[in-house]
Amino acid sequence: MPTTSTSKFAYIECDPNLCVGCQLCEYICSFTKTGEYNSYRSRIRTVRVSEVLISAIACRTCENAPCVIVCPRDALTQDPVTGIIDISATKCDGCAWCVEACDFGAISINPATSLAEICDQCKDEPDGPQCVIWCPKEALKLTTADQRSQRTRKKLIEESLDIPIKATEPE
Amino acid sequence: MYGYSGKILHIDLKTKKNWVEPKPEEWYKLWIGGVSMASRLLWENIVPGCDPLSDGNPICFANGIFTGTPVPVGGKFGLASKSPLTGFIGDSLSGSWFSIALKRAGWDGVVLHNSCDRWTQLFIDDDRVQFNDATYLLGKGTFETEEAIRDRLGDDQIRSCTIGPCGENLVRYANVTNDGRQAGRTGHGMLWGHKKLKAVSVRGSKGVKVFDPAGLNKLSFDISKSAQGKDTEKYRIYGTSTGLLTQNKLGVLPTRNFQEGVFEDAELVSGEYLDKHHKVKVIACAQCPIACEQMSVVKTGPFAGAMTGIEYESLFANSSNLGISDMRSAIKLITLSDHDGMDSISMGVTISYAMECYEKGVLTDQDFACTSHPEGFSLRFGEGDSAVKLAEMIRDREGIGDLLAEGTRIACKKIDEEKGSESWKWAMNIKGLEPAGYDSRSLKTFAVGLAVGTRGGCHNRSAAYDPDMKGETNRLTVDDTRGRVAGESEEYAAVYDTLPLCKFIRRCFTGKADRAGAWPAIANLINATTGWDFDYDAVDLIGIRAHTIKKAFNIREGWTQADDELPWRWKHDPMTKGPGAGVVTTDEELEYMKKLYYEYKGWTEDGLIPKKLLIKLGMPDVAEQIGV
Repeated sequence: MPTTSTSKFAYIECDPNLCVGCQLCEYICSFTKTGEYNSYRSRIRTVRVSEVLISAIACRTCENAPCVIVCPRDALTQDPVTGIIDISATKCDGCAWCVEACDFGAISINPATSLAEICDQCKDEPDGPQCVIWCPKEALKLTTADQRSQRTRKKLIEESLDIPIKATEPE
Repeated sequence: MYGYSGKILHIDLKTKKNWVEPKPEEWYKLWIGGVSMASRLLWENIVPGCDPLSDGNPICFANGIFTGTPVPVGGKFGLASKSPLTGFIGDSLSGSWFSIALKRAGWDGVVLHNSCDRWTQLFIDDDRVQFNDATYLLGKGTFETEEAIRDRLGDDQIRSCTIGPCGENLVRYANVTNDGRQAGRTGHGMLWGHKKLKAVSVRGSKGVKVFDPAGLNKLSFDISKSAQGKDTEKYRIYGTSTGLLTQNKLGVLPTRNFQEGVFEDAELVSGEYLDKHHKVKVIACAQCPIACEQMSVVKTGPFAGAMTGIEYESLFANSSNLGISDMRSAIKLITLSDHDGMDSISMGVTISYAMECYEKGVLTDQDFACTSHPEGFSLRFGEGDSAVKLAEMIRDREGIGDLLAEGTRIACKKIDEEKGSESWKWAMNIKGLEPAGYDSRSLKTFAVGLAVGTRGGCHNRSAAYDPDMKGETNRLTVDDTRGRVAGESEEYAAVYDTLPLCKFIRRCFTGKADRAGAWPAIANLINATTGWDFDYDAVDLIGIRAHTIKKAFNIREGWTQADDELPWRWKHDPMTKGPGAGVVTTDEELEYMKKLYYEYKGWTEDGLIPKKLLIKLGMPDVAEQIGV
């Protein structure tokens, strides 16, 4: 799993080893937020870098989030407890500075309203992020900072082992 | 209307004008989508009797009823034209994003009339149609072309159907490719090349609305979860290539141009071998929770770096069928066909035909002379390097590749004329279409299924190999059930091809793939999407209608029952090894089964469709034109 993050908050991340690029996350995200199925309205986006390099990206809830800092109209605010970014539809004028500022490409512009949209981890849904529930390959997870650092520690130990635990065979 | 926009987009490639044709809800209830709606659009828009390579032959797209919704494996579209390879209906299906973009752009179907006067990249941008110059795309492969268009137009969500160099060079079995998937078989790519249409791109920014979203989400969610269980295990873990060893065991694995049904090195080209040594990752089409595409790479040797998705039909055609036991050559051949845009089955079977010509002395080294090998080269079974070289010559229509690019039916005629040979006896095709990977000498129900197939030798339209291989029928003999079994198999497949849903989901509704297991669940999905009141019988009719319109099309294009034929080899030239040794499907058996099949369908003994039946199926205009 990717470990790039400067966040102490939870966020939704995708394991590219498990993601098959089916886009069901986009369907259910856009439906949850708009009542229609439309990838352009999804706050999580699948990415195909190549035929076999596939993943999905949503807001990484950065600390000192650049999108919040850069917004000229103070339309973006970050919840100090959850790290979730809120975009005020009344303040946002669609200038897309936040889109430029985001290191993860996690902010998109709604083609109908031209306003910015971002993942809010389905905070109003009683069972949490819908994409995580729907992902057929369990590639999506809502992880906390603790879970991520624990995973890094495990990986470090695994890699420092001398015992070959995976068989490699010549072609 | 829910699930549909009610609009078909017509574009005249010559005048660059476009217009919208509204269709009533009743029309959609008859034709639904996919191959059925595409075939119906073709019926309505073609100039009957026209040369496939003429302006009278339109390109018809039809979207799926579930496309753009979370219904698993529903992201597919149908593509129909008169086939340049068979002269009959060319109806193909392809999966993934293109269909979804088209749905979001607000089009249930698109009909392209006439031809472009120069190479064109057509762009359907929601409601706007734009003709772009395609010079910068010429010579590019299919994947490369899609990326170049996204780069040029500046949006990653633009999806394109494209042709590769094979389509540009008018290879008769060239494909149309989108998102790494192919609308394969029957040579759509050649028609596109003829029309100077390099790509059709779509951007769709609108949302898709359904009648009962909560209900549809619940149904979709459950199917998606059950698609992670044992009912799809075979597809998820090894993909369809796992069938190769089964086919070998049953003695129906086409080997050395269908001479035998047992390949001594089957283990080396099996799905299991692929999984162990070449698989990189499994990927999915858009909207699919199964993910069956086994992305496989060559790591060593002259073909290192070749990578594509491998499935059984491509694999048999380019391994056992060519006597090739080096998986790396097979992967290279399939990569070439996918990226340069030609049908991997037709390509493999055409190369195997040429190999047999070489081994029998009909063709010699000199016949394969080309720029890189002025003296020519040998083309024995098992020679992977030669097969790859020949595939490149076919793509470029260089030397003898120019002739082999015409497919086995045309190539054998010219070779026999020139050499005085009888190579037509091993030119494996049905109605001009090279058959899929099941030797039908010892699969007799499938034999009739293939012979009567509306698009030729196709395993997707008839799945009658299934009862034969499972032992539900005695595959080595003929009895009076075969007409019904073949007919039912075709109608069953046509339901999936019309919705369309990928057939790999068929067991995930209730655990049972038969009509009783699947049709009620499919009716629920249709009703939640559209608000209609479909039931078991209505779902069953979808397949019957879809098949009937395709057959009606063929009749109008001059079909007679003599066209329902099998390759000579399957009737006269038995295999020597395996469980099918010594067996052929004789002329008498074939004629008997054809008679049973026409009877089951309620057609005349000449295979024509009674007016009454067509009217009962809701096609009075078809009855008027071709009914008897």
